[in-house]
Amino acid sequence: MTVTAAGAGVVGTRLLRREDPALLSGEARYVDDLAVPGALHLVMVRSPHAHARIVSVDLEAARSMPGVVAAFSGVDLAGQWAAPMPCAWPVTEDMVSPPHYPLAVEETAYVGDGVAVVVAATRAQAQDAAAAVDVAYEVLPAALDLEEAAADRVAAHSALASNRSYTWELTPDPAAVERAFAEAAVTVSERYVQQRLIPAAMEPRGVCVVPQPFGGELVVYSATQIPHILRTMVGVTAGVPESRLRIVAPAVGGGFGSKLNVYAEELLCVVLARTLRRPVRWNEERSEGAVATIHGRGQVQTIELAADADGKVTAVRARILADMGAYHQLVTPGIPILGAFLYHGVYDVAAYSFECIGVFTNKTPTDAYRGAGRPEATYAIERAIDALGRRLGLDPVEIRRRNFIAPERFPYTSSAGLVFDSGEYARALDMALELAGYGDLRAEQARRREHGDRRLLGIGLSSYVEMCGLAPSRVLASLRYAAGGWEAATVRMLPTGKVQVVSGASPHGQGHVTSWSMIVADKLGVSPEDVEVLHSDTALSPFGMDTYGSRSLSVGGTAIAMAADRVVDKARLLAAHQLECAPEDLELHGGELAVKGSPTRSVAMGQLAFDAFTAHDLPEGMEPNLEASVTFDPTNFTFPFGTHVAVVEVDTETGRVDLVRYTAVDDCGNQINPLIVDGQVHGGIAQGVGQALWEEAVYDAAGNLLTTGLGDYLVPSACELPSFTVGRTVTPSPSNPLGVKGIGEAGTIASTPAVVNAVIDALAPLGVTDLDMPVTPERVWRALEGAARSGAGIPTSEGGAA
Amino acid sequence: MIPAPFEYRRAGSVDEAVALLAEDPDERKLLAGGHSLLPLMKLRLATPTVLVDVGRLAELSYVREDGDHVAIGALTRHCDLEAAPVAREHAPLLSHVAGQVGDPQVRHRGTIGGSVAHGDPASDLPAAVLALGGSFVVQGPQGHRELAAEDFFQGFLETAMAPDEMLTEIRVPKSGGGWAFQKFNRRAQDWAIVGVAASVNGSSRVALVNMGPTPLRARAVEAALAAGASAEEAASRAAEGLEPPADVQASAEYRAHLARVLVRRALEEATARRG
Repeated sequence: MTVTAAGAGVVGTRLLRREDPALLSGEARYVDDLAVPGALHLVMVRSPHAHARIVSVDLEAARSMPGVVAAFSGVDLAGQWAAPMPCAWPVTEDMVSPPHYPLAVEETAYVGDGVAVVVAATRAQAQDAAAAVDVAYEVLPAALDLEEAAADRVAAHSALASNRSYTWELTPDPAAVERAFAEAAVTVSERYVQQRLIPAAMEPRGVCVVPQPFGGELVVYSATQIPHILRTMVGVTAGVPESRLRIVAPAVGGGFGSKLNVYAEELLCVVLARTLRRPVRWNEERSEGAVATIHGRGQVQTIELAADADGKVTAVRARILADMGAYHQLVTPGIPILGAFLYHGVYDVAAYSFECIGVFTNKTPTDAYRGAGRPEATYAIERAIDALGRRLGLDPVEIRRRNFIAPERFPYTSSAGLVFDSGEYARALDMALELAGYGDLRAEQARRREHGDRRLLGIGLSSYVEMCGLAPSRVLASLRYAAGGWEAATVRMLPTGKVQVVSGASPHGQGHVTSWSMIVADKLGVSPEDVEVLHSDTALSPFGMDTYGSRSLSVGGTAIAMAADRVVDKARLLAAHQLECAPEDLELHGGELAVKGSPTRSVAMGQLAFDAFTAHDLPEGMEPNLEASVTFDPTNFTFPFGTHVAVVEVDTETGRVDLVRYTAVDDCGNQINPLIVDGQVHGGIAQGVGQALWEEAVYDAAGNLLTTGLGDYLVPSACELPSFTVGRTVTPSPSNPLGVKGIGEAGTIASTPAVVNAVIDALAPLGVTDLDMPVTPERVWRALEGAARSGAGIPTSEGGAA
Repeated sequence: MIPAPFEYRRAGSVDEAVALLAEDPDERKLLAGGHSLLPLMKLRLATPTVLVDVGRLAELSYVREDGDHVAIGALTRHCDLEAAPVAREHAPLLSHVAGQVGDPQVRHRGTIGGSVAHGDPASDLPAAVLALGGSFVVQGPQGHRELAAEDFFQGFLETAMAPDEMLTEIRVPKSGGGWAFQKFNRRAQDWAIVGVAASVNGSSRVALVNMGPTPLRARAVEAALAAGASAEEAASRAAEGLEPPADVQASAEYRAHLARVLVRRALEEATARRG
């Protein structure tokens, strides 16, 4: 099975997204848009302290306020939970987790931790009443700094003996690593900080739980990426039979991993709707979401490279402290592990060592955020390889070329134990350099330096590979993940020839409806407009593993393609029966199954669907209807790759960094819709550049988040970004029959180090070879001041002050 | 994000607005474009019991010549001020700065009067009026009075207006000299981390955004320029005597540095524009 080439069908064309008219016109319905008569509004009372013992919760005043139906503390609801909040990824056998319930019972562990709920007739009434809840706290010392927390100077939880949750190691051959470092001509050791990021999806979270009048069924509408996983987890946690739960994710306005979770508010609305026998809804405010929705990143990384005198890297050793935040949310512990295999990046490195220590702090829990582990790994290796190049006086292009995994090595078994499916890294690099005009950029950079221009030019590269398409279920088992990585799909032709696709993936901005209909249209010979895609409702798609980790196309799309093939196979048997020929003599063309060599002997797919429906004359033993279901479990991850080139101007007086040009060459294997690929690349780049230059969750010394709004938490807008130049190479993946790899996270993974490398490229001659993210004007100014004071400026690009 | 309960009254005239305000001046607030007041109310940092909406008083939306001055109605929206030919010709600094406030949505709702009366040191327009040596006309129960811009801003979010007074007009002298506005922020729509408005016309005025508790003049710079210092020398005194704020975006020390750089750039730009 191969994808039809562009020209023969719609696959490969830049079809406009079918989703967009509803989204752009406001017709799409998000959770907060749903009119649910009689719904009560839930408002959370949250801890204002990073770490405190709850002395008492006085709800009397709140309960007597206008419109208030009920108010509960953590103690009041303690009997409602069949299990604590779920964590599906205990990465080690001895991993430690603190007790975690939707409302804190004895102790609060971060600013924003829920301590009570108020339910009232209107949102305003609930909010007024929440302000009247009187909670007495005994404030405890808070563990806020990650490295200090790892040293156990302050306990993040009174109940835990240590803040260290787990130590996860991957060193297949320790002796080889030792030997490589002992024999290295050059080593570099770098320390990088992955600041905490706030996912900031355009639609905040929201949930509305509607108890059905008879039978006890609960319908849960949630702004979630994972309706299927949520159903299971709500069942387990709230003690509701899973068969009585229907989860619907209506229009969902972005997630970036932040809605890949099971949240306290979802569980509270379920339990209170069950208890009060009324619909209960909650919608997050932006500033509330800044503390109550998971954060991303949060690592201190140490990476060491050993290399020979030519710059060939012989070993990589990475040591990571990963900030769990206060609790383990759904997959918190596993996020750093998704990067654990990739700290050697696109380079052929024989000896590999990785260790990650998960550490609790008194801050908002961390969890998946676009890229999840791979941006962190890519950032570390891509900055370190530049540092190695500087040490050896090698251009960033040259140091990369000398270390790339060669194309003939694929499938490539890495020293970390992965099998990279396919890749041609130098080809993507060459294309990126050509599109960026690399030679001209270097000349312009030199010209500005010679003229003492106060706006210096910096050129940064990032060559990346990532692993996505989560995931082979057997591999997930070896990583101690609690579920599988398959995806389910059904394709059915209706009597009128229209097609329904049921997908277990749950899109929230990715354009699945368009992509899925294109795949099926070509398979069945119908128009994409004749294909409806049903998703994100567990009543429609009982099985699914949902959308995250750039998995939906390579796993879910493959399941759909395979199901469509089975529909055609069945139609072929029926057509052969009608045309009195052998099934293998029929070929599908223009929506008709025709006898090879005599195209007039044919029958349309739509007619076959109708005939299969009436079932008046089916072959012996054939069941009525054209429908097939497939659950696809991939045999390997997919490994998209590419090279990005960022060009920045740095104002040496103010420290301001402007991203002036950006070139991205990505290889995501075959493309179903290059327009959608472009969109994913554009948004991904913007998000990664956000980490490099603007975004940071900033806390004060008491553990209060200071960046609670979009005025302080600087998500970039179009004004701050140049138009991107995008190019693509195509190296199909052998891991799935579509030959696709996944593109949802690549832009975010690649762009952060490209931009920071560009800034350092501009400033290294002045003695600045390290900058923390985000690279703020003040940080640049201070670094330049520091370098000037220490006389660190050097005349060539070799070496550095660090 | 839900304000405390309040009563809403719409004024049909300036006199009615002032009368409504006078009933309980400490508990009532005027609502114009709402871009400063409503966010404070949603955070419950402001809890007026009555909002007097003056947003539809069309008679206070104008930009016109008035002898040697340009007069701007307090309810003139930023976008209208930016586009007004009279402002472009006779108060180009003010016109330019109006186009730098916030983003297009803000500029189509926010008013110059609301911005000035709020007295926020981080706002752009007050600095522009200071640099132009402008003044403000306010109306209260006792009638009109005119206050010089330099006497107007008295403390953080505090102005010389009494609680029962309403700002009705902004006046700036027609200016034919050089001018410049340097706004330093990290994203286009953000408040200035530091801003500099400069007017160079015989005597020079330099005003600073976000360098203290109020919109303020860079007196040391102006004195140095008056004494014949170069732009660079004068700019080196930009933070003298000031206590700039520190926040998530910038430390006080960095703001002081930025002020020095931006004042120099503003003076160079203004001088070049003067020709």
